[in-house]
Amino acid sequence: MAQALTSPIAMRKTGDQRILWRCFGYLRPYWRLAATTYTATLCITALSLITPQLMRWVVDHGIREQNVRLLAWSVAGLLVVTLIKGVLTFYEGRGTEVISQGVAYNLRNAIHQKLASLSFAYHDQTETGQLLSRAVQDVERIRFLTGRALLRLAGSIILSIGTAIVLITMNPTLALLSMAILPFLAYRAYSYGKQLRPVSLAIQQALAVLTTQLEQNLRGARVVKAFAQEAHENEYFDAENNRWFDLSARSVWLQAINAPLLDLIANAGAVLIIWYGGLLVIRHQLTLGELVAFTTYLGQLVQPIRRLGTIIPAMAMAASAGERIFEILDAPSEVRDAPDAYPLPPVSGHVHFEKVSFAYFGRHQVLREINIDAQPGQIIALLGATGSGKSSIINLIPRFYDPTTGAITIDGHDLRKVTLNSLRDQIGIVLQETTLFAATIRENIAFGRPDATDAEVQAAAQAAQAHDFIQGMPDGYATHVGERGATLSGGQKQRVAIARALLKDPKILLLDDATASVDTETERQIQMALARLMQGRTSFVIAQRLSTVRMANQILVLEKGRIAAKGTHQQLLNTSELYAQIYNGQLKRD
Amino acid sequence: MGPRGALERFSGDVEGRAFDPHVVRRMLAYLRPHWKRMIIATLLMLVATMLTLLTPYLIKVAIDRYITQGDSAGLNRLALWISAAFLGTYVTTVSQSYLLSWVGQRVLATMRSQLFHHLQKLSLGYHDRHIIGVTVSRVINDVAEINELISEGFINIVGDVLLLGGTIIVMFSMSPKLALYTFTVLPLMVLTTWLFARHARVAFRQTRAKIAAVVGDLAENISGMRVIQAFAQENASQERFDTVNRANRDAAVGAMSLSFIFLPTVDFLGMLATAIVLWFGGLAVLHDQLTVGIMVAFLAYVTRFFQPIQDMSQLYTTMQSAMAGGERILELLDTQPAVADPADGQEMAPILGRIELRDVNFLYRQDTPVLRDINLVIEPGQTLALVGPTGAGKTSIANLIARFYDVTGGAVLIDGIDVRTVTQNSLRCQMGLVPQDPFLFPGTIRDNIRFGDPTAPDSAVEAAASSANAHEFIAALPQGYDTPIMEGSANISVGQRQLICIARAVLADPRILILDEATASVDTVTEVLIQEALDRLLEGRTSIVIAHRLSTIRKADLICVVQQGQIIERGSHAQLVAANGLYAQLYARQFVEIG
Ligand SMILES: Nc1ncnc2c1ncn2[C@@H]1O[C@H](COP(=O)(O)OP(=O)(O)OP(=O)(O)O)[C@@H](O)[C@H]1O
Ligand SMILES: Nc1ncnc2c1ncn2[C@@H]1O[C@H](COP(=O)(O)OP(=O)(O)OP(=O)(O)O)[C@@H](O)[C@H]1O
Ligand SMILES: [Mg+2]
Repeated sequence: MAQALTSPIAMRKTGDQRILWRCFGYLRPYWRLAATTYTATLCITALSLITPQLMRWVVDHGIREQNVRLLAWSVAGLLVVTLIKGVLTFYEGRGTEVISQGVAYNLRNAIHQKLASLSFAYHDQTETGQLLSRAVQDVERIRFLTGRALLRLAGSIILSIGTAIVLITMNPTLALLSMAILPFLAYRAYSYGKQLRPVSLAIQQALAVLTTQLEQNLRGARVVKAFAQEAHENEYFDAENNRWFDLSARSVWLQAINAPLLDLIANAGAVLIIWYGGLLVIRHQLTLGELVAFTTYLGQLVQPIRRLGTIIPAMAMAASAGERIFEILDAPSEVRDAPDAYPLPPVSGHVHFEKVSFAYFGRHQVLREINIDAQPGQIIALLGATGSGKSSIINLIPRFYDPTTGAITIDGHDLRKVTLNSLRDQIGIVLQETTLFAATIRENIAFGRPDATDAEVQAAAQAAQAHDFIQGMPDGYATHVGERGATLSGGQKQRVAIARALLKDPKILLLDDATASVDTETERQIQMALARLMQGRTSFVIAQRLSTVRMANQILVLEKGRIAAKGTHQQLLNTSELYAQIYNGQLKRD
Repeated sequence: MGPRGALERFSGDVEGRAFDPHVVRRMLAYLRPHWKRMIIATLLMLVATMLTLLTPYLIKVAIDRYITQGDSAGLNRLALWISAAFLGTYVTTVSQSYLLSWVGQRVLATMRSQLFHHLQKLSLGYHDRHIIGVTVSRVINDVAEINELISEGFINIVGDVLLLGGTIIVMFSMSPKLALYTFTVLPLMVLTTWLFARHARVAFRQTRAKIAAVVGDLAENISGMRVIQAFAQENASQERFDTVNRANRDAAVGAMSLSFIFLPTVDFLGMLATAIVLWFGGLAVLHDQLTVGIMVAFLAYVTRFFQPIQDMSQLYTTMQSAMAGGERILELLDTQPAVADPADGQEMAPILGRIELRDVNFLYRQDTPVLRDINLVIEPGQTLALVGPTGAGKTSIANLIARFYDVTGGAVLIDGIDVRTVTQNSLRCQMGLVPQDPFLFPGTIRDNIRFGDPTAPDSAVEAAASSANAHEFIAALPQGYDTPIMEGSANISVGQRQLICIARAVLADPRILILDEATASVDTVTEVLIQEALDRLLEGRTSIVIAHRLSTIRKADLICVVQQGQIIERGSHAQLVAANGLYAQLYARQFVEIG
């Protein structure tokens, strides 16, 4: 199970260069630091070019001409140059690290922010493992590219150009000879990158699938155990794991043959120099010192190209990583503030549905022509078969989704014209599925209002009938609940969630099956507390138990996305067959 | 705003030893199956190292013997030799690096697989206490960190040591005096390395803990995103994430900055050695005690001498991250499941269905007993209903029967056999559970129903769905049974989720069925239909039903009212209503003000 769905985030093909440029765009906030860092690189390069000159000086003049003073000076000079270089290297290194870690930090924050702004429809379709893998591993790859890889690339290019100039001034023939290998190197480097790119994209994708599988397996640990499916889960994981391994082995092979090949080509150049340069020395067209310096320089000319061996895979991986990250950052949110959205003023709670129809993803009509008029202070109960669309109605009020046709207004304000934050601030909701965070109970209750006082938190817990059980725990309100509230019973979780919604002191309260896991006695106490609290608030209540909905001002019976009947309990008993059937099933004393 | 407390507790500590031989030994054990490849790779590396050492020597020969002597034929010959040496280096490097990386990736895959298998064995108590994102970070990120060390790290250390040794020998044999002068730099080198090592240890470990915190927080926020949005807490959660994200950035910059102090220092010491060679070597050449060729070769060797030292210290930082990662992985692998299979691997015989709880006591956490002195017998084929206030311990009783946890006192017996004396697998494959939290995996509806029996034919899947009353809604979906279920089952309603969970349990053809609030979100009309189907289908099997809606359990053979971890009333519906206790009160609550 939990086979990988292919990433629901569709793969788009974008030019590699565009992606890379966009990655580099994240360097912009750091341009000052980048400028100093790259200046340091330039200086380091210049110093690196001086060093062989000094060496040559020593060999040619100091030793050959038996000039001890000169020898002493050049040796001292060498040390000073290295010292300066060392200091610069520190600044360069630290600068790059600050920049690249900054880029990673910004990217991760951007991803988080984007995810928080994407509407439910997006989160319905994506996998946590996929998103995690992108925000962690893929960002790491871009970090490497914008950090050391880019710096090395820049340093290398500068060094090669500088070296080439020096070589040409020293001896043009020899220089041209040593540069003859450059085109080969460039070609190899290019085709290496091209081969590696698709493999690395596939690897990253496979790793994301692996992450998803692991993540879902851990979430469903109870189910896996209950059905004794550990062996099967292992098999599925191993299959994906092996797929990842096969891809990795392929990429490792590509890297193993290509990176040393660049070395080999570079070394061929060195042989050429020694051989041809040696001949020149023999013919007295070159001094021995010049030849020694030349070989050193050649090392410098070739070294950057060798570094390409590590930079190329980094670029290939970063391009695929960028593709995956920008897919998140570019995802359009279906529900977002209109450009001219205004904050919703404090409302009295008049909620009105006008011919609202709704479909998830545009297909599959879920709600048809729903008309509801909830007066301020009323309780509206929604009743109906599983899948009849009750939660869908409730999801439209805080604008988790937008209706396909029709409009919803609160106090006459069309929801699509007000800002999401101002709307949701006035709504308290208990979702059908209770999600708590791995934090203390207090933090969980105060989630919607982190600034709430202890007294307020306790008052909310009391109304939700949660205070007593919380007090009974060893650490009281400071008790940690596991991830998703794993260490609480189902009813305890729901009551914490109710307290969380009540603490917001909302004008509109939405309870989606909020007491399904609570016993009838506790439920009655919650209701009594709510009745007190609910005065002057509009509430929508979904429940399967009639005992929950009995005090509603209006009961709406839903059937396949339509309102089949509406009225009070007494009215419905007479007019709605469905309602009578539910009533008989549940409540008639035998 | 700081990170949530739990995250800090689980993302790992920073203490630990710089070099724990125990950890290293266990990590190295992963290389054992690949020892042949490793030996070949080591041999190849030896050859490559020798060839690397050979080239400066060949160049020295070229200068001293041919170029200064004007022997161009000899130079030609030597150029060929040098080319051959380079070619040899290429071939050996390719094979060696492929072998090593291959082994590295293989080990990585093995470790991940092993961790995953181990996680399957750990009991629910472990999963309750750990944050999923942090565990994911261990399996995915920490493992990658170790990989670097064991695949390339160790062998590179060997290579570097060889290179160092070789260089020393060559230098001494060329000119012992000059070599001695050069090595006066070594004590300084040792001191620097020691200082660096001390600080790097903490810094690089910290980076591992911080990235785990980032993954943990992000994972939790993604799965709780609906709540975050519903409560308009996007900014607060952004701030919280920003805190861990920033801490991760700062830790990484701090750790790397240490390296950037260290590396130039080594560089400088290297240059100091070069200066010594130039000075003393130069003087020696002046006094004709040394040839220029030897000096040039010496210069080349000096650079080659400091390279491996730099490499090794780089490796040291890798090792710190790896050591931290390794400890965390070993900790996971060494966690013994709290619920363990018996040593003799005794399997559960086909279950008849008599369940007995004898003096059962249970607690999840010290000092908070959850169940006290529970005594209970269910005969084969009977239905037991558990009712009572929330948090009373109903789910916990079900957890014990399925042996998700072990009792702390007393025993759970099935057909008279203590569940602790048989393997969990043989026990659970005869049980069906519909958990309170209806979890489905991403995958098609069909795959989810088939979860308990992956080989079941499509007809069985549809039959199970029909009995759970799910067939109708599934068939109405555009893709029917092949409709993919999204993560978190977001694309179907909660009641529909419960129906699929029931179908899944039915298909597993269990001898014991546990329904924990299985129809809490299902309307009563559908519920009655499901019950009728289940009664037919599960004729003769034992079932345990937990429900708050009392209409669900009216027909049970035995109803137990649980309160604060004890059974306070038991009997049939009629008996309990007549007894006028808590059950009667809960029952009456359903009618207040109605009817
Ligand atoms: N995994 C856990 N770790 C620690 N404590 C737990 C865990 N699961 C449950 N508890 C605690 O044990 C007690 C009994 O919980 P249990 O889930 O058995 O209650 P329940 O009767 O099923 O309640 P509900 O009707 O709300 O589902 C509760 O106080 C709960 O907080
Ligand atoms: N996010 C979604 N994407 C696609 N389809 C969905 C989504 N959520 C719900 N549906 C479908 O829409 C229909 C109505 O679902 P809704 O959750 O509103 O039902 P409900 O009345 O609340 O049911 P229940 O009582 O089971 O909670 C169902 O057929 C469901 O499969
Ligand atoms: Mg619903």
